[in-house]
Amino acid sequence: MNGILKLAYKLLVNDTAKFTSLLVGITFAVYLMMFVTSMFFGVLNHASATVINIGTTIWVMDPAVETVSNSVGMPDYVLDAVRSMQGVKYAVPLYSGGALVKLADGNYQSVTVIGLDDTSLLGRPTLLEGKIENIYAESGFLAVRDAEFAKLETPHIGSEFELNDNRAVIVGIAQVSTSGLYGTPTLYTTYQRAIQYIPNPRYTISYVLLEPKSADDIPQIKQQVERLGYRARTKEEFMQKTADFFIYKTGGGTNMLIMTAISFIVGLSISGQTFYTFILENLERFGALKAIGIRNCDLVGMILFQATFTALTGYGLGVGLCVFLIWLAKLRLPSYAAMLTYASLTIGFVMVAIIAAISSYAGIRKVLQIDPFSIFRG
Amino acid sequence: MPQVAIKAKGLEKSFGEGEAKTSALRDVELEAYFGEMLYIVGPSGSGKTTLLSVLSGILKPNSGSVLVEDIDIWKLDADKLADFRLNKIGFVFQDFHLFPRLTTAENAAIPLILKKKDWDESIREAISYLEIVGLKGRADLPPVKLSGGEQQRVAIARAMVSKPDILIMDEPTASLDGDTGNSILSFVHKNILNANRCIVVVTHDSRIYEFASRILNMVDGRLTGTEKSMA
Repeated sequence: MNGILKLAYKLLVNDTAKFTSLLVGITFAVYLMMFVTSMFFGVLNHASATVINIGTTIWVMDPAVETVSNSVGMPDYVLDAVRSMQGVKYAVPLYSGGALVKLADGNYQSVTVIGLDDTSLLGRPTLLEGKIENIYAESGFLAVRDAEFAKLETPHIGSEFELNDNRAVIVGIAQVSTSGLYGTPTLYTTYQRAIQYIPNPRYTISYVLLEPKSADDIPQIKQQVERLGYRARTKEEFMQKTADFFIYKTGGGTNMLIMTAISFIVGLSISGQTFYTFILENLERFGALKAIGIRNCDLVGMILFQATFTALTGYGLGVGLCVFLIWLAKLRLPSYAAMLTYASLTIGFVMVAIIAAISSYAGIRKVLQIDPFSIFRG
Repeated sequence: MPQVAIKAKGLEKSFGEGEAKTSALRDVELEAYFGEMLYIVGPSGSGKTTLLSVLSGILKPNSGSVLVEDIDIWKLDADKLADFRLNKIGFVFQDFHLFPRLTTAENAAIPLILKKKDWDESIREAISYLEIVGLKGRADLPPVKLSGGEQQRVAIARAMVSKPDILIMDEPTASLDGDTGNSILSFVHKNILNANRCIVVVTHDSRIYEFASRILNMVDGRLTGTEKSMA
């Protein structure tokens, strides 16, 4: 390490009390920012669970649909029309709805029921136990082993429920990549059984799942569906649409912004003030360095190094603390909706960089203004 | 005739403006020579420290020139002036200005570190200077664990470590008791002063006058006369 930077490092870390409070300030700010954004991104991810788990390329839906869990039924002719569109390889119906399950102990548990196309079973989950063809057996359902699995009294193959006054038998245990947002267990069955078991309005198709012949066909398929009065969205667009709903229409985005801003202000005030005090306390000594003959650029380098070192260390500790606490929370609550993404890491890093820049700017201004003559005057 | 180390001509320096204007230096002419320990003495507020700052390239005069080894230091740009101070001048400040969070050796090594010398080599050299100033075995202690006299010795080691031609000492005994102050100046006179070095001391402590080669009196920003001639 360059001698001047090593000097800056020692001046910083040897002042244990100041360095600790600087680190605590930045770590706390980073932790808060990361935690809030992770929670938010976690919620957004869980809100799109069905889209992620089904995994088809294009979803056709009613224009009023805001999120995947709030489908609006479409008439059967939509499926037929879509199937006959240019560029469509195949299209199948999907049912998504809620039901009440009466458990063996007499309690009721709400569940999400996904009805897969009877012919293709497109969007079926990966089975951990059982055989997929058993879904066609009488009253056959697949239970998803996710964080909510225990709410169905941890069923096994052969477990029976009462679902909307109909008998339901677990014929397989499946796994999916993402749990739902609302804390309800998920059951998969065939489309026909789903609409038979669950009381529905006139139109029963929640979504039409569609596979284009090629990616180039997607724009024209979207246009054709739009002419029909419906919307075709790619998987990514549908996830974004769901995210937009939570960001802009639930206040979630505003809350996240406010919390992030508060964390930033807390971090900035603790770290900025401590760093500035650190500079003020060492002002005479920085003045002595100027008198001895340090160049201004070296002095600026020392302060920038101190601010950057503190910021990066605090950032690392903040991220570590966030990861640890999310891990701890997930031990108790496996469905805990927090997800550390590159976006939250970037937001945290940018905020920390701004805190370091503002803190060091104030310090640099002060240090450059010191007149070494004041060292002589005492 | 000894060689001239510092030559100041027509130095004027004032602070403030209008009615609040105070003249700190008035047409100061001065020559300091290698091999001498030049004292500038005078009452408080007479302009001694201002003169010291102007001579050492810290405070720019309103007019006049300062030639150090024939270089007009006030014609240098800011970076060159900083380099000049780092390479040519050693400072011993009144309040020592040691870094409390660094060890004694690290404090003494600062000028070498600022010269971008290797850290370990700088510390080794600083330790050898600490031994010269009588602080053997104290290299790893923080300055707060040292007495005032010892801290002053660290400041001297710091000033000397880069082997400057000129040593500037501002009230070197102000924070020390009489005996310690005397022993410090005695040490400087015996061990630091040589034919290739000029030492300028600002003081109003008459107990250390015995070590001066020459004493210049300063009153109201003017050098008024010589109290003691060069030996």
